[in-house]
Amino acid sequence: MWIKGDLKMSVHESTHQSYSVQKMIEDKKQKASATQLLEKIMPKVLLVTAILSILTTIGILLTLIVETFTFFEHVSIIEYLTAKKWYPFSDPGSFGILPLIAGTIKVTLIAGIVAVPIGLSSAIYLSEYASDAARRIIKPILEVLAGIPTIVYGFFALTFVTPLLREIIPSLEMFNALSPGIVIGIMITPMIASLSEDAMSSVPRSMREGALALGSTKLEVSLKVVLPAAVSGIVSSIVLALSRAIGETMIVAVAGGSTPNLNLNVTESIQTMTAYIVQVSQGDAGYGTTIYYSIYAVGFTLFLFTLLMNLLAQFISRKFREEY
Amino acid sequence: MKLVDHTKVLQQMKSRIITNSILKILFFCATMFGLVVLGILFYRVLNQGIGYLDLQFLQSLPSRKPEQAGVYTALIGTVWLMAVVAPVSLLIGVGTAVYLEEYAPKNKFTNFIQINISNLAGVPSIVFGLLGLTLFVRALTLGTSVLAAGLTMSLLVLPVIIVASQEAVRSVPNELREASLGMGATKWQTIVRVVMPASIPGILTGGILALSRAIGETAPLVVLGLPLFLAFLPRTVFDMFTVLPMQIYNWTGRPQEEFQGLAAAGIIVLLLLLIVMNSIAVLIRNKFQKRY
Repeated sequence: MWIKGDLKMSVHESTHQSYSVQKMIEDKKQKASATQLLEKIMPKVLLVTAILSILTTIGILLTLIVETFTFFEHVSIIEYLTAKKWYPFSDPGSFGILPLIAGTIKVTLIAGIVAVPIGLSSAIYLSEYASDAARRIIKPILEVLAGIPTIVYGFFALTFVTPLLREIIPSLEMFNALSPGIVIGIMITPMIASLSEDAMSSVPRSMREGALALGSTKLEVSLKVVLPAAVSGIVSSIVLALSRAIGETMIVAVAGGSTPNLNLNVTESIQTMTAYIVQVSQGDAGYGTTIYYSIYAVGFTLFLFTLLMNLLAQFISRKFREEY
Repeated sequence: MKLVDHTKVLQQMKSRIITNSILKILFFCATMFGLVVLGILFYRVLNQGIGYLDLQFLQSLPSRKPEQAGVYTALIGTVWLMAVVAPVSLLIGVGTAVYLEEYAPKNKFTNFIQINISNLAGVPSIVFGLLGLTLFVRALTLGTSVLAAGLTMSLLVLPVIIVASQEAVRSVPNELREASLGMGATKWQTIVRVVMPASIPGILTGGILALSRAIGETAPLVVLGLPLFLAFLPRTVFDMFTVLPMQIYNWTGRPQEEFQGLAAAGIIVLLLLLIVMNSIAVLIRNKFQKRY
């Protein structure tokens, strides 16, 4: 009985199919050609998106270089590099980048003094002393520190760290280099800690065990075996972090002030390269004025600083890496 | 003859062990320093801002009178910014990652793209602002619109998304691809139907982290010339707008104490937004993470 039924059905189906086979072949062909087309086009589309990242770099370079050259039509490059005063808003203005660089270096050095010892100590603790459980809790919390928006740090520097420091150093001005420097240091500490910890964890266990077997304490193992073995990763993490500090903007714009000074005083108001760009962008320096172009020259200088440091970090981590 | 002077050895051992324990405590304190600062920061902000934080604060336009001021325009502006940055940066970022991981031949050009991306990640955000000012605001005459700011921010967070997506795509085991190809699927079909679904959690996590960086950034937007004070909402992507960090920056810069409180309240809103986004990222990671 059921065989009959089955036969009937298959007959029915075959007539139905014979009707559409041609159409199916056509469909299949069309579909195949569409698939083929997609197969050919997609790598090219994706290549275009990949090239966009290169175009971004080219765009940044072109923008900075072209506008900087326009700036040097107004102001001589010798004045820019050697003059000791940065008074763009007076008439005639003085455009010597050195005071802005001095401000940037002051803040970066303070940040380094705060971040390097704390960051390295945390890295040693996390990699050599801490238990797995402690590491799993502490590391993500430290990463939260790195994810806080910089404007929040700026607010913190201005409303908490500066008043606190003024209790200790009464001569400290409301805007100064010390407070934003310290806060930037706090901001980049997790970066040094996390990257250095990665470098130290990748030192093989056998080296530690060898030193421990010879009677070293944990401290001696960390300082005399692990640290030297991971030195390339540690140094490049510090250089990267300092390059972050150089490019940091909002903290210095909020708490650093706007007085470019060429000296080593950290208690008085300063201006960094980034803070100058912010100051001009907020004011109403018209398009095409010397001041407008000056932010590109300053931006280009800043870009060169950070680029050199990033390349240095890459060079260090490649050149001095110990392979185990 | 005494080969080993036991008292001397004991003395030395003692001092070495003591140094070890002292420095261990120091290292621990250094690690705690960051956590303590984080605690103080949250406490300060909450303490200063919580009094200003209420429904009216979320629904009010900015105002010269501190008791009437609110973050409504800034909050909506931040949402607009996310609406532009998310699709643009994800499309370009994931496209680049798939190209680099699946199609790119191993040659100098590919290497160059890779190095270029890691260098872009190190460019200060304010420089991206200068690029956006020249390219989007002036050359393409978009003005200080949502679109100009969104495109600038997309370029800024692109390296983050690319690196995260590359890792996600790379972690899909080759056996899956081979099985798909073995069944007669083409390479593109394999990517769309096998590789992408498997790497979506990683991509989404990276995308949310990048997006949270985009809504926290201030410097490039200041350079673009976004208004610090805006009393109306954008209707299209070509309209002027302002975002939360800009509003906080504006309030921080004012000397009166009430505005400091408002800034703290704004920071609470911003941090809450970031915490929600990061929690979603962690949830996605935990929920969909598969170990092959």
